[in-house]
Amino acid sequence: MANETILMLPLYLIGFFSLAAVGLDPLFSKNKKVIYYLSLIGLLEAAISAGYALYLHTLTPAPNIEISYAKNMVSTGGMAYFFDILFCLSGILILLSSPRYFTREYKELSEFYSLILLSVSGMMIMAHSANLLVLFIGIEIMSLSFYILAGFIRIRIMSVEAALKYFLLGAFSTGFLVYGIAMIYGATGTLTLSVIQLSIQTNTINSLYLTIGIGLIIIGLSFKAAIFPFHQWAPDVYHGSPTVIAGFLSAAGKAAAMMAFIIIARAIFGGLSQNNFVKDLYVDVRLVLAVLSAATMLIGNITALVQKNIKRMLAYSSVAHAGYLLMGVVAANERGWSGILFYSTAYILMQIGAFIVISLSERNDEQNLKISEYRGFSKAHPYLAAIMSIFMFSLAGLPPFAGFFGKYYLFTAAVETGYVWLTIVAVISSLISMYFYIGLIIKMYFEDPDTQPMVAESGHAVLALTLSTAGVMIFGIFPSLLMDIAKIFF
Amino acid sequence: MNDLLLTIIEVLIKGMVLVTFILLGAAVQVYLERKISAFIQGRIGPNRAGPFGLLQPFADVIKLFMKEDIFPKLAFKRFHQFAPVISMGIAIVVYAVIPFADPVKITMADGTVKEIVMGVAPNLNIGILFILAMTSVGVYGLTLAGWSSNSKYSLLGGLRSAAQMISYELSMGLAIIGVLMICGSFSLSDIVTHQKGWFWHWNIFAQPLAFIIFMVSSFAEMNRTPFDLPEAEPELVGGYNTEYSGMKFGMFFLAEYSNMATGSILLILLFFGGWHLPFPQEWLGLQTGSIALGIVQLAVFLFKLLAVIFFIIWVRWTVPRFRYDQLMHMGWRMLLPLALLNIAVTGIILFII
Amino acid sequence: MSLTFLFFGILAVLAIATAVICVSNKNPVVSAMALVAHFFMLAGLYLTLQAQFIAILQILIYAGAIMVLVIFVIMLLNLGDEEKLREKTKYRKILASLLGIGFIAMLCSVYLGGGLGNKATSPMAITIGAPAALGKELFTNYLFAFEAIALLLLTAIIGAVVLAKRKVD
Repeated sequence: MANETILMLPLYLIGFFSLAAVGLDPLFSKNKKVIYYLSLIGLLEAAISAGYALYLHTLTPAPNIEISYAKNMVSTGGMAYFFDILFCLSGILILLSSPRYFTREYKELSEFYSLILLSVSGMMIMAHSANLLVLFIGIEIMSLSFYILAGFIRIRIMSVEAALKYFLLGAFSTGFLVYGIAMIYGATGTLTLSVIQLSIQTNTINSLYLTIGIGLIIIGLSFKAAIFPFHQWAPDVYHGSPTVIAGFLSAAGKAAAMMAFIIIARAIFGGLSQNNFVKDLYVDVRLVLAVLSAATMLIGNITALVQKNIKRMLAYSSVAHAGYLLMGVVAANERGWSGILFYSTAYILMQIGAFIVISLSERNDEQNLKISEYRGFSKAHPYLAAIMSIFMFSLAGLPPFAGFFGKYYLFTAAVETGYVWLTIVAVISSLISMYFYIGLIIKMYFEDPDTQPMVAESGHAVLALTLSTAGVMIFGIFPSLLMDIAKIFF
Repeated sequence: MNDLLLTIIEVLIKGMVLVTFILLGAAVQVYLERKISAFIQGRIGPNRAGPFGLLQPFADVIKLFMKEDIFPKLAFKRFHQFAPVISMGIAIVVYAVIPFADPVKITMADGTVKEIVMGVAPNLNIGILFILAMTSVGVYGLTLAGWSSNSKYSLLGGLRSAAQMISYELSMGLAIIGVLMICGSFSLSDIVTHQKGWFWHWNIFAQPLAFIIFMVSSFAEMNRTPFDLPEAEPELVGGYNTEYSGMKFGMFFLAEYSNMATGSILLILLFFGGWHLPFPQEWLGLQTGSIALGIVQLAVFLFKLLAVIFFIIWVRWTVPRFRYDQLMHMGWRMLLPLALLNIAVTGIILFII
Repeated sequence: MSLTFLFFGILAVLAIATAVICVSNKNPVVSAMALVAHFFMLAGLYLTLQAQFIAILQILIYAGAIMVLVIFVIMLLNLGDEEKLREKTKYRKILASLLGIGFIAMLCSVYLGGGLGNKATSPMAITIGAPAALGKELFTNYLFAFEAIALLLLTAIIGAVVLAKRKVD
């Protein structure tokens, strides 16, 4: 049995390095590279320590059991470490690709690194929460950093607009979340997830408050994950924010919100309840989520069809992907949850990758982001075009890429639990999404360029692209590598 | 229910006595201010009304009462009227938690011993926070006065006071934390009791940095020179109270002097041992809880209060006013980091001991 | 009818009244001041729950600091043209009031049905409001959350610095 320090090390490390990135910034105001490498090392170390803790965790006789530390505030489940690694990975990808992007766009970077580290630490605190209070604080750290990151280029009006919209709606949705948590507290008398589960099992709850609480929490988290009908902010925010950051917000933020869904769903509906009311509620909540999920993917994909701007297109398609991910929550079995884990990994790799390609190909001040300007992209940048096609194929869910298996697991999970109609809707909306994903590839390869080739200074972004492409390919060809790990947590 | 009634009566009596003394105290301060400023500037000062001009403040008040109460035409009437009330009310409410001496024990007619605390509610376990909260709310009086007068000078004065209060409240609160860490209580009585005995037990010797920060910030909170930018005459005519006349102006005036007394009292309670003599009070041979000791303590308290008020007036008539950016710079870049440093150092020392 | 309940009744009515003024008044300064008054009423309600520390922090932080900033901004912007700020669409107001009434009805039904679960007050409830007890809880059981909030505040500060920096270098 590993001791507490090692198990909590990822959290300590990321916290320490985010403080260090802030604190050491004035010392290295001349040479920002130091902070850059420091942040990279911090994320890497947190990821490695999370990996080690994950390894220790798989050795325990029951890896699906979560152990709580720090007075029942921090849980150290396998899923938490899995998401730790995932969030660190997304942070690393963004860090690798951002300096070149920002130095071209905008000179200042000093606070950028600490904000990325802080948002990752917020997400990791969410992943490790054993208490609704900690979960909420984690969500807030993440969201606050996201608001700032969205408006990071504050000389560009779009960016500021994105930040303001994100902040106002995000703050509003936080209200729902807090209110929901308060209602759950009213229903059960505690914020500790394990105790909530216990009191629901033993039927010592106020059922009305529980219902309202669950409803409000679903609304709050749906805002964060951009699920219909709370998705309207997403396109504007992802369009307006700096390109690399848009990838981070849409991929990692969505994965984190989904993870919060899993944590809360497992706490409330995890144990077998003797209470008929809770059983009925369980069925109802899943039905509501299923309808939301279906609506989300249809709306996301259909609106993505008509977009002219590539960032906007990916933003709408990311709404649709939130719908796919929600299918796993609807299924609410091991397959569904591990499916979310797999799909989150794949989605983070391909979405961030796609945004990095866009960031490399765009000209100053986001001039050429129209989809039509990607005509003949393969002539000018054959490698970038190839990588972009891989991401597009994966996003569309075609084999042999990671996106396919993610969808496969989620769809089968929904079928297994009797939501055949949801799966049919999901397949139809995937087919719709083919049109614009494949359409972009056709534009890149089979049409002639009508503009001069775009700039592409890559810098370390090459490394990020290599990582994400490799991930998409490997997990597409050997999905069991990831799935075998993801399965044992539930 | 009888007990409750008695308590209410006791509090009412104490409250009335206190309010009377606050108002009288303001008069005394005005007189002192005029006399000391005259002394510093080589003038004579008020000498017509009564012996040594002692009745001058009362003459002032009567004048203010007789004056016409003017509303500017475009003023927001409700707030224009309400703002002085806020200022005055809050300046008085603060005294509720201030203790003036150790509790006095009185033997009642039926032989039971009753302990009477010297103050309205001095044992409140959040006393010092109450004062901080109330002073921070007090800024509404000035701000609303500035806004509702619908005049540029007033508005600027109001805004300045809001910005200044917010900036200096922080360092003031943080400076107090050092003292609280040593005393281990928010209650003002406990803080004073902690400092009894020899004068080197006074907090000023344990927390010199906190004392300096607190003193500077409370000057700013009191809107006294060198921080009286909200009413800087050369720039703003009269500041937030430009458009006020008669007793509404008088209320601002009273509130200001009452705040000055509050600030001085806080300085005494937090850093100068409150009502304690500079040597152990056992030497006087007076019994704890006796009325005589209570009177001695009140006298000591008053003496210290007068000394601090003299100091504040002295500063006003010798030090020039800060410029606005200097004020902000000092608040945020000097006092705040110093206050944080003070907390850190105090924490480390307490941890080691 | 106990004294506490009497206080609660007065404070609750005043709290609702000030909240209504805050929402319905056309003048932003009046709204803000009504909100300040509302915070005072809330602080009073906390006092009836034996939570002195929370009550005083409510005044110190919300009424004394945050609302002063809000008023500061309102005055600086000099929002003279309040008519523009008014909600034009009527149906939203109607819908919102309907939802509000529905919520009140629901709360009433729960209250009348005894659904509030009149559990016995925990003996800790009397002392937990005192600063010492609160501090102890904060630095033992809630230490992790406390530290996490430190990160949250740091993020907010960085955000303020990033977004408010004057020059772009």
